[in-house]
Amino acid sequence: MSNKLIDLQHITKAFDGNVVLDDLNLYIRENEFLTLLGPSGCGKTTTLRIMGGFETPDQGRVIFDGADITSLAPNKRQLNTVFQKYALFTHMTVADNIAFGLRIRKKTDAYIKDKIKYALKLVNLEGFENRTPDSLSGGQQQRIAIARAIVNEPKVLLLDEPLGALDLKLRQDMQYELIRLKNELGITFIYVTHDQEEALTMSDTIVVMNQGYIQQIGTPEDIYNEPQNAFVADFIGDSNIVNGMMIQDKLVEIFGVKYDCVDTGFGTNKPVDVVIRPEDVELISLPEDAQQGSEEYQNIVSRIMQFNHGFFEGTVSHIIFKGMHYEMEVQARGFEWLVLSTRMFPVGTRVLMSVDPFNIQIMHKPESEDEKAVSMDPEA
Amino acid sequence: MKKKWRIWLDGPYLIWTAAFIIIPLLMIVYFGLTDKTGAFTWSNILQMGTPERLKALFLSLLLSLIATAICLLMAYPLALILNNMKAGATGFITTIFIIPMWMNSLLRILAWQTLLERNGVINQLLGMMHLPKLYIINTPYAIALGMIYDFLPFMLLPIYNALQKIDVNVVNAAYDLGANRFQTFWKVIFPLSLPGVISGITMVFVPALTTFVISDFLGGSKVLLIGNVIEQQFTQVGNWNVGSGLSLVLMIFILISMAIMQHYDKDTGESTTTL
Repeated sequence: MSNKLIDLQHITKAFDGNVVLDDLNLYIRENEFLTLLGPSGCGKTTTLRIMGGFETPDQGRVIFDGADITSLAPNKRQLNTVFQKYALFTHMTVADNIAFGLRIRKKTDAYIKDKIKYALKLVNLEGFENRTPDSLSGGQQQRIAIARAIVNEPKVLLLDEPLGALDLKLRQDMQYELIRLKNELGITFIYVTHDQEEALTMSDTIVVMNQGYIQQIGTPEDIYNEPQNAFVADFIGDSNIVNGMMIQDKLVEIFGVKYDCVDTGFGTNKPVDVVIRPEDVELISLPEDAQQGSEEYQNIVSRIMQFNHGFFEGTVSHIIFKGMHYEMEVQARGFEWLVLSTRMFPVGTRVLMSVDPFNIQIMHKPESEDEKAVSMDPEA
Repeated sequence: MKKKWRIWLDGPYLIWTAAFIIIPLLMIVYFGLTDKTGAFTWSNILQMGTPERLKALFLSLLLSLIATAICLLMAYPLALILNNMKAGATGFITTIFIIPMWMNSLLRILAWQTLLERNGVINQLLGMMHLPKLYIINTPYAIALGMIYDFLPFMLLPIYNALQKIDVNVVNAAYDLGANRFQTFWKVIFPLSLPGVISGITMVFVPALTTFVISDFLGGSKVLLIGNVIEQQFTQVGNWNVGSGLSLVLMIFILISMAIMQHYDKDTGESTTTL
């Protein structure tokens, strides 16, 4: 993880007047597994195609290993792409597919033969030399596409939603396979996906994009635990995002209830977005006849107040069994809270909800709708 | 139970196939291999051996090969250009090339006759511009021209279809792996378009080899193609046996050329022919 291998500087790209990327700045370090993550139309694939040379940016520069390659043709670049839906040469055998780049570079037959063998071994498809792509399953075709790219010993492998066409189980297997491949090859992987789970599993660094802007850059843990804005919080995993008021440092008011939190520096009495992950909501069930103000009720409240300040009373309105846990909807203060718990609370149960101060994420409110897409400083 | 209603679905086609394909074919075989009394003979087949008929067969083969080759040379680059154009423009230009097909092919050949006549439209224009006149009517050149004009769309469409089917990322993958434009064309685009090329060749070569209309109108009585020779046996001489015998020989030539095509098609992978 050392120097910048690829440096995208002030990249702007529009198609027919639609701005897809607006002043994008991003660098990729050597030997990094970097994922561009975002919904369709966020500009992630365009960013990848600009690196591969299939699109030229309207403005900005692409620096590769210190040299400006902005207008260099794809066949002259030291990186290879694994395309969506594999894009294998169906009129050739597996071996000829893998040998394609090597033959263009006029390598010797002995060298090519060795390389084919090595690449097929690497992707666990030994003995498939003389098969045709049509006779392979989706997962096998994807491995051949990867083998075809890596025999050229690129410094960077670009992967454009390579697992998108595979079924869930195979996708999970291939995720581990890709991590293993990256470690064995010791090269940089740049991966495009809209699947947040895929991104969290494989990446060293995740770049969350929306509407042509980078929303957040960070490790999977950072992105999940410390989302910088409501978009990231909403896109990565499930979240409860509610309006709040930052009363002062470390104290936020949600639906009229004051909660302790750990965030500082938002000023006093500032409107903010509050993000609470569904697995961070703690529920305590109330006995049916426990009236507000009764002794029983007060006992429960004081138990909560030992750890967390602030709670709501709510009612479970919906519950689904998800195997590892229950997914519940809790109505409280006119808001439908999503709550995950390993314990079951039947529909209609009255509950008290509280959250550990550490698990309350405070975020600046965007000043207008447009600002949802405002770019963040990548160094921040 | 299933079989009962299947017969109602399949039946009409079976009757059609028998009535209009199998029975006529068997009749040609019967007439071709018998004499007027109905006795078996090879003589109708051997009738092809006369110098005049061999010449007509050779000229037919030559002209249809030339017409097919020129159609291919004209249609392939055009199909490539169309394939690289934006969707709207492609539709317009393909339509322009298809519109002539909406007119009766006889009319189109008649139009060429008028254009190419000794004092036809083209020569009048050339005369007005004091340029040397073009005397190709009633020569093999005019016939080849007619074939090319008539059959070009049949070459263009299958090639264009085959090119359209190539995934743009497959082409990008070739560039990505280091191939330049020339290498990408020869190693990827052309092989993947071969099914279309082979359909195109078949759809131009076979009708060109058997035509008698084009040679009738543009070759006058001076140039005889094998199609004309066979037609004369039926319409003028009235000898169905010799006509059928010669047809059988021509059919064998077509079968041989199709077999050669199939062989090349197989070499280029499992790709299926369009059309």
